Amino acid sequence: MDSHQVARIQPVETGLSLPFWEGCGAGELRLQYCDSCGRYQFYPRIVCSHCCADTLTWRAASGRGKVASFTVVRRGISRAYPAPYIVALIDLEEGPRMMSSLVDVDPDAVTAGAAVQVKFESWGEGRVLPVFAPETRG
Amino acid sequence: MRGKVAIVGAADTNVGVLPGRTPMELCVEAALGAIRDAGLEKTDVDGLLTCNAMAQPLMYHAEAMAEYLQIFPRYCLAVGAGGGTTFSIIHHAAAAIVTGMADVIVVAMADSMRSGLTREQAMQVQASTGHPEFEQPYGPTVPAYYALIAQAHMAEYGTTPEQLAGIAVACRAHAQRNPAAQMRDPITVEDVLASRLIADPLHLLDCSLVSDGGSAIVLCSAERAADLPHDPVYVLGAGEGHSHEHISAARSLTTSAAREAGERAYAMAGLGPADMDFAQLYDCFTPTVLVELEDLGFCAKGEGGAFVESGALGPGGALPVNTHGGLLSHCHPGNPGSMFALTESVWQLRHAAGERQVPGARHGLVHAQGGIMSSHTALVLSREAG
Repeated sequence: MDSHQVARIQPVETGLSLPFWEGCGAGELRLQYCDSCGRYQFYPRIVCSHCCADTLTWRAASGRGKVASFTVVRRGISRAYPAPYIVALIDLEEGPRMMSSLVDVDPDAVTAGAAVQVKFESWGEGRVLPVFAPETRG
Repeated sequence: MRGKVAIVGAADTNVGVLPGRTPMELCVEAALGAIRDAGLEKTDVDGLLTCNAMAQPLMYHAEAMAEYLQIFPRYCLAVGAGGGTTFSIIHHAAAAIVTGMADVIVVAMADSMRSGLTREQAMQVQASTGHPEFEQPYGPTVPAYYALIAQAHMAEYGTTPEQLAGIAVACRAHAQRNPAAQMRDPITVEDVLASRLIADPLHLLDCSLVSDGGSAIVLCSAERAADLPHDPVYVLGAGEGHSHEHISAARSLTTSAAREAGERAYAMAGLGPADMDFAQLYDCFTPTVLVELEDLGFCAKGEGGAFVESGALGPGGALPVNTHGGLLSHCHPGNPGSMFALTESVWQLRHAAGERQVPGARHGLVHAQGGIMSSHTALVLSREAG
């Protein structure tokens, strides 16, 4: 295999999503917030998916959420993804759901509904991605 | 549209591992088989619907096929709705016949997922399923997406891996009675659970096959069908439901748009789930069948696991499901996969399904989905025009 096949898959970003990725670089999970209907959305869009208004601003989310569902991938998608690893759907405190990875946890100890907290992981090529770990509220 | 259109011809190629045959060759073989089965000539065909092949992607697939066959249709289109393409195409084809866009339509699909994909193509199929910006980087595999659905159903309703395994066991029991099926050795729930974990809670035997193969049917008006050699199989109802593309944006992980698809198909047919003598349900992974059984009204939400455990799905059960063996045991050549559920339904409703015939079958439900439980079509097929 050549080197690009063993690199992790990089997100294909758009101009619209730039504040999201800049937020990740700054250690902040940013979501679009609709000033008209007062709801958050993910992924980024040109209008609010609830009310179609274009009055969207970026706000920092708490980074807290719950595991909506998860799976332990035992057969990885490529050599860049050593199995086992956990793919999860996270319900953020602000409402939206996103796909992510669960880290710092025993794969056999994960449960749906578990409280998690965002952290940021270097993904190569200078990119930082949001992943989630069990919440440790001090 | 109810009862105005009938399936009059059906044919499958051999399925399984077919090295050296291109998808186009399989597609043409199936189409000619279906035309012959209908008692028609290629010159009778004025509509052609296909889907592209991953192992041989073509810019204009349906046109290429018409050219290969040297037919000159007035209605010609390749459709791409993933695994849901098959029945969404039948919905459109039936409408095209009713509105006069075409009189005799061939629907033909084939692919060589087993023998025809390069390593790069196979990787691309895996990697290209999710959202390129917000899903793919996390490395979800195709089984992983469906595992998310299974895990959510387990957490919400207490469904067990044993119950999921029961679906694979039932499909295999049907396949044992089907000489054409790719996998015919009997399996047990224990075998499924002992097969290696792919993406928790899915084991290898919870996952469908990877196959080569092609399949085709011929559709025409009920009026014209009366003059053709076989008992017509009428399209009594058709309905679709579309809820999302990406699983992270689904309205629900455990209730799918199969619910709307089923409600619309039953309403058109004037029939309900209790009237169905069999059901062919999209089974790329066992949890899809579980959710579909509930959403298509065969049992209450959350009771799919218990319904499977009752033995209803197997041969001679209360609701035989995937009587040919399904994607899990008959074959799964990618997007064309559910075509084989359609040809099987034709043979069941002609009462020509041999050892696996559901006695006296009058009505059957077929369902397919594309994406990750994204796009759903249900059809009610019948021996009776209604």
